[in-house]
Amino acid sequence: MKKIILSFIAALGLAAGAAHAAGGSTIPWDKAPNKLNDLPALQNGAKLFVNYCVGCHSAAFMRYNRLKDIGLTEQQIKDNLLLTTDKIGETMKANIDPKQAKEWFGANPPDLTVIARSRAGHGGTGADYLYTFLRSFYRDEAKATGWNNVLFPNVGMPHPLWQLQGERRAVFDQTTHAFKGYEQITPGSMSAQDYDAAIGDLVAYMQWMGEPAQGTRVRLGIWVLGFLFVMTFFAWKLNAAYWKDVK
Amino acid sequence: MAEFKEISPNASAGAKLTNWFENRFPTAFDAYRVHMSEYYAPKNFNFWYIFGSLALLVLVIQIVTGIFLVMHYKPDAAKAFESVEYIMRDVPWGWLIRYMHSTGASAFFVVVYLHMFRGLLYGSYRKPRELVWIFGCAIFLALMAEAFMGYLLPWGQMSYWGAQVIVNLFAAIPLVGPDLALLIRGDYVVSDATLNRFFSFHVIAVPLVLLGLVVAHLLALHDVGSNNPDGVEIKKGPKGNRWSPNAPADGIPFHPYYSVHDIFGVCVFLMVFSAVVFFAPEAGGYFLEYNNFIPADPMVTPAHIAPVWYFTPFYSMLRAITAEMMYALVACVVLAAAFGVFKARMPVLFKGIVAVAAAVVVALMLAIDAKFWGVVVMGGAVIILFFLPWLDNSPVKSIRYRPSWHKYVYAVFVVNFVILAYLGVQPPSPVGERVSQVGTLLYFGFFLLMPWWSAKGETKPVPDRVTYKAH
Repeated sequence: MKKIILSFIAALGLAAGAAHAAGGSTIPWDKAPNKLNDLPALQNGAKLFVNYCVGCHSAAFMRYNRLKDIGLTEQQIKDNLLLTTDKIGETMKANIDPKQAKEWFGANPPDLTVIARSRAGHGGTGADYLYTFLRSFYRDEAKATGWNNVLFPNVGMPHPLWQLQGERRAVFDQTTHAFKGYEQITPGSMSAQDYDAAIGDLVAYMQWMGEPAQGTRVRLGIWVLGFLFVMTFFAWKLNAAYWKDVK
Repeated sequence: MAEFKEISPNASAGAKLTNWFENRFPTAFDAYRVHMSEYYAPKNFNFWYIFGSLALLVLVIQIVTGIFLVMHYKPDAAKAFESVEYIMRDVPWGWLIRYMHSTGASAFFVVVYLHMFRGLLYGSYRKPRELVWIFGCAIFLALMAEAFMGYLLPWGQMSYWGAQVIVNLFAAIPLVGPDLALLIRGDYVVSDATLNRFFSFHVIAVPLVLLGLVVAHLLALHDVGSNNPDGVEIKKGPKGNRWSPNAPADGIPFHPYYSVHDIFGVCVFLMVFSAVVFFAPEAGGYFLEYNNFIPADPMVTPAHIAPVWYFTPFYSMLRAITAEMMYALVACVVLAAAFGVFKARMPVLFKGIVAVAAAVVVALMLAIDAKFWGVVVMGGAVIILFFLPWLDNSPVKSIRYRPSWHKYVYAVFVVNFVILAYLGVQPPSPVGERVSQVGTLLYFGFFLLMPWWSAKGETKPVPDRVTYKAH
């Protein structure tokens, strides 16, 4: 009996280990900083999102007034973030006409509400993917938009934050075509470090937006488990009391 | 019809009220006695016996959370994905209800697989419990249908393409296949029509069937009585215990003894269940697949389509059946037939029938596309479970008294099942294909050769009474 259970566990472990080894993409994903509990970072991320993303991408399931959950007041949201609508109960709809978008970029820009959840994979979390993606753009004159991406080759989207990061060239090995690094062509308005921090904020915001209830979920879960732990103790005592005189 | 019972006017108000109800609805009181307070279960149950109760608990969780989800969900291809996100964001506690339902689906399969394995370990499917087992297998089948159709409802990429792949399998059936697939989809591709009919099946038709089967499973069980880890029939043993002179001596009233056991088991289960719901509802992409957060797009096929983990052992067996594999299967059929014709003791007429039948089967196997046989193998992997009571030839029921090497046979079966499950999650690969082909042969070999291997070896003496140590 024990052997069966042990071999079962061993097989599961084997399967899980192999699952992590498989898969892969062009470059390894960088670990996104965890800023889910950092309200100023989330607010900065929301600002970046509204200024640089919502022009073309919707977050059609995300309501502006939900931003109160990351510490903003209704007035702050109205004054600073309502760029595409005048009603705070509205969802974040893009300004762009989907038909035109398809003509310009070859594809309709995807909705970003749950993008952080959908992009998780063997390389890491969805946040890791986005953090790497938004820091992997480079100048490529062979492309119609003039931009390309190391993580997502031939991406339709031009670099949305190029003014912040500046323009870079990618260096590839002559024979193996392996990616070797970047060369800065023109400076951006931010230093490389500040840019990474800003992308960290933006990604944290998108991660939060993917599931605004996630903080509540974890906090509540601790109480639920605590309660169940106590209840399990009493259930165990109850069981023992009934069975103690069964011979 | 029970006698009308008079009660003393001096009785307490509670006793009078109970008496009033018992006179007007005696069936309910009889049912309570037959199934709870006077249902004598063997007293030597171990932890494997919790999973039946847990399956019932999960069924209740699924029904209750399902009721609330249907209040907000929209079975409309244009609105389904959006309505799920609406539940996750705008419906108060909607995220909790939804995660309970999605985790519940996986939990259902976890407890049902363990419950079935318990039956396998202790021979719970054997005479006189064959029908209990068959109802259970039917529940498993209904559960697979329920899970498959429910998975389409969030209308994500995996929902859509998973349904597309599975429904297309039916098209591989000769003659009727394409029309059958059309009937299931209600359209030429998975579409709004498919979503609507799957919704209807998921919330009404299949749950009704499931509930009916669960009732039959429990009634049949309580008629013949539960098996136990020793595989000893307590009804054949001595009579009389401290609750009743006629009850089996090794029996113990289900209520309160096993109800307090179950309360404890439920608490432990709920801790694990809650840990997933609150801390890892996606379970690393196994309970909620990442791709399913992308709305269904009939124009974009995902690079890798895999069913949810609980279907993957069967999906692996489906993928294992390639044109090449058909030759191995043909060889198996020829070998089995040759064995029957040359070795088995039966009249010449039967031998002739076996030889002809084998020739026809081989001809069909070579004539019809391997894809169809893949579907047959996948279906057969579930259907074969129904026949288990008649495949097992061991003189004893429980693994405890079987030859020691039987444990290794079961261990190989379990490890093989887990490997098949793992391969079903992975993208196809040449090595994976070979391994899953061997795994498929092992899976079917376990069952089809069971009449032979289960009778082999030295069994240990089975005690007359159950073995029980006071806790």
